[in-house]
Amino acid sequence: MKVFAKLFLSLDETNKTNEKVKVIKEYLLSVADEDKINMLALFTGRKPKRPINSTQLKEWALALSQIPDWLFRESYDVVGDLAETLSLLLPEPKHQQDRTLSSWIEEIKTIKTLSDNEKKEWLITSLDQMERQEKFVFLKLLTGSFRVGVSQNLVVKAISEIANLDTATITHRIMGNWEPEAFSYQNLTAEDDGTSDISRPYPFFLAYPIQETSEIQKTVEELQNTLGSANEWQAEFKWDGIRAQLIKREGEIFIWSRGEELATDKFPELHPFITALPDGTVLDGEILAFKDNLPLPFNILQTRIGRKTLSKKLLADNPVAFIAYDVMEFGEEDIRLKSQEQRRKILETLQHSSTYQNIFRISEIIEADNWKLLAQERERSRELMAEGLMLKRKSASYQVGRKRGDWWKWKVDPLSVDAVMIYAQKGHGRRADLYTDYTFAVWDGDKLVPFAKAYSGLTDKEIRQVDYFIKRNTLERFGPVRTVKPELVFEIGFEGINKSSRHKSGVALRFPRILRWRTDKKKEEADTLKSLMLLLPQ
Amino acid sequence: MPKKPLLEFNQNGIYCTQGDFYIDPWRPVNDAVITHGHSDHAKWGHQKYLAHTLSREILYYRLGAINLETMDYGESRIKNGVKITFYPAGHIPGSAQIRLEYKGEIWVVSGDYKTEDDGLCTPFEPIKCHSFISECTFGMPVYKWEPQAEIFKGINEWWLKNQAEGKTSVLAGYSLGKAQRILQNLDLNIGKVFTHGVIQNSNEALIRNGIKLNPTEHITSETTKEALKGNMVICPPSAIGTPWMKKMTPYAFGYCSGWMAIRGAKRRRAADRGFVLSDHADWDGLIASIKATECETVYLTHGSTASFSRYLSEIGYDAREAKTLYGNEEETEMENLKGDQE
Repeated sequence: MKVFAKLFLSLDETNKTNEKVKVIKEYLLSVADEDKINMLALFTGRKPKRPINSTQLKEWALALSQIPDWLFRESYDVVGDLAETLSLLLPEPKHQQDRTLSSWIEEIKTIKTLSDNEKKEWLITSLDQMERQEKFVFLKLLTGSFRVGVSQNLVVKAISEIANLDTATITHRIMGNWEPEAFSYQNLTAEDDGTSDISRPYPFFLAYPIQETSEIQKTVEELQNTLGSANEWQAEFKWDGIRAQLIKREGEIFIWSRGEELATDKFPELHPFITALPDGTVLDGEILAFKDNLPLPFNILQTRIGRKTLSKKLLADNPVAFIAYDVMEFGEEDIRLKSQEQRRKILETLQHSSTYQNIFRISEIIEADNWKLLAQERERSRELMAEGLMLKRKSASYQVGRKRGDWWKWKVDPLSVDAVMIYAQKGHGRRADLYTDYTFAVWDGDKLVPFAKAYSGLTDKEIRQVDYFIKRNTLERFGPVRTVKPELVFEIGFEGINKSSRHKSGVALRFPRILRWRTDKKKEEADTLKSLMLLLPQ
Repeated sequence: MPKKPLLEFNQNGIYCTQGDFYIDPWRPVNDAVITHGHSDHAKWGHQKYLAHTLSREILYYRLGAINLETMDYGESRIKNGVKITFYPAGHIPGSAQIRLEYKGEIWVVSGDYKTEDDGLCTPFEPIKCHSFISECTFGMPVYKWEPQAEIFKGINEWWLKNQAEGKTSVLAGYSLGKAQRILQNLDLNIGKVFTHGVIQNSNEALIRNGIKLNPTEHITSETTKEALKGNMVICPPSAIGTPWMKKMTPYAFGYCSGWMAIRGAKRRRAADRGFVLSDHADWDGLIASIKATECETVYLTHGSTASFSRYLSEIGYDAREAKTLYGNEEETEMENLKGDQE
């Protein structure tokens, strides 16, 4: 695992993409195939299950460091990462080892069933054989998420350069459900796909946003100039649900979410229609809560996500349907290279012949041959519970990942309010030790009521200025949270707003983010809870 | 009536009532005793200054024509019965701990200090006292420095690698102290060392003060890209990302600071490499120094004062946080961002 720890360090030591790819290639060329696959698994979010819960892990490791618990917590606030904090606090090792990444991972998988005492013994012995960097990587494997600051794209790039295959092929081959033991590096990099997994999804094609703010909107002329004639585009409403891929192959069905999570069991009402599809069909679309032929707000769907068991009542109260956008596989054939228009025809045929048309819906095409008309249609988005429009070039293939050019999302102007910052907390990762997570409030009479948390949208320079302000204007501290003198005003944008009994303010926002720092506004000029309530869907 | 302490913290700085003088005052006063030449400790506008001999030229360079008296380590002055003696603090050249003695009571003001011998400054030595006024910039247990020989091995290897790739190496570090420490520990068999103007000025002041430094070349408008290629450039953090750096492309950029011990802090600066090199004591260094003073009371002026004082209290010290304007963690940070003033 020393080589892997070194890889981690080398990746940390550069922020140039080419250099990172080079470092990954060097790693791949220097270790055995099983280590390559394990590295790939880790870098694509396929970490072994947590063998020790983090409270125990922290407690046992901390006992070795001989510092009081409160000091550990404060250290963690400074560092912002549990594995890193522990690796900095633990004593120097008394023993050595030189085992491979795969051998450690195999062992980690066997720990889960041990007794607490055995786990503790194993942890202490293991840590006592590792230098700091190896300890850090090891603890990363045992705790939380294994985020490495390297996107999957870079690993894919490195592999495709070694294997002399294009990146889309590799991206596709590493999709879906696979375990490092059962996945072969030979097959992954073979010229013909040696892997066969009927559940494997295709990489999603993601749209690029048309950049607008509440003040600067694109004009009809600008759209005409940059995108050409409206006739070349297929326009649809952009729905706000869960993007999903439905697969029917060899009699089996699979539902994948955008985050590459298998969600087949979460949506039983979709099963009959997917089962009725011909074998070798893959659809792209959106799962939405739907009732009486009308889409429901996202938070209705949210009540179903994350539930382990779905009760009959829950299913009855919050039924879902699927709005199909596209088809990537038909007749057991990958048809992603066919044009949008051709794929649409196939999709329409599939949908028209389905006997489940209430559940298997199709994203309607907005008939408009000019941008002016489309702009007007877009204005109707909110009343239809849509987020805006999708524009898809009729001649385009179905591509991999977020690509500029052929798919655009053209959202309606974001909802926004001006709010006062009242609490702040330190960030994590790159933002560790800086106050970057803020809580915002609006006025309710003469009181400020918190209604949203947001941690993105400011530039690095603004973050430093706000951090400077927070450190000098702290009223109280509760653990890692500081109560800040209410003074700074920010414009907060969000995608949606709903009533919520769980929040003090009575509302819950979807995707709140900082649009900008209103240095021109005094706190008295911030919005009120009443104005926020006016934005609730009627 | 309880006895008035020998030193107190007031709105102007650390004040000695008996001797009627200040140590490192941040507002203009009559009589100032200065621990070292960094801008948060040696401010402009006092009537009289007393500092270490090796701070002389830096103070003149930074503060102009001041009324300055200097003395060496081990030397003393007596002000109204209070005996003032300087001892090495090991922070930067000329940095002094200030020992005060009055009627058998001893206080030591450490200023900033580090415990490792850096080969440039006279090494720190702990002084026995009743009350110790300490910094704790890195007063958290996650900060533990490796010996500088290790760090410089890494720096020199990095330089060689950059050279082999046809790149200029650019190292950012505080212009007074850190920059010269880097300069003195680079392997000059690899190439030449160039300096930014701010660092050149500090170097020249130190040389006027009799300190021997390795040869450097000042980067001027005449310096060519070719001359820099494969060589080393030392600059203050404020120069990073400015048009001044154009001439160095292609370059690799490293940042030398204790803050580099944390991955997040390093990534924030988008440095290619972070070298954990600090002129402040680390956690173990702080605790060892405090123990060695055999003091009863510790005042913490800046850094992680809340956590560190709590920890010291738990291990049996009377530890207190003092409110000062010395670069506590945030200010040090801001100063780095704004650019070195000294």
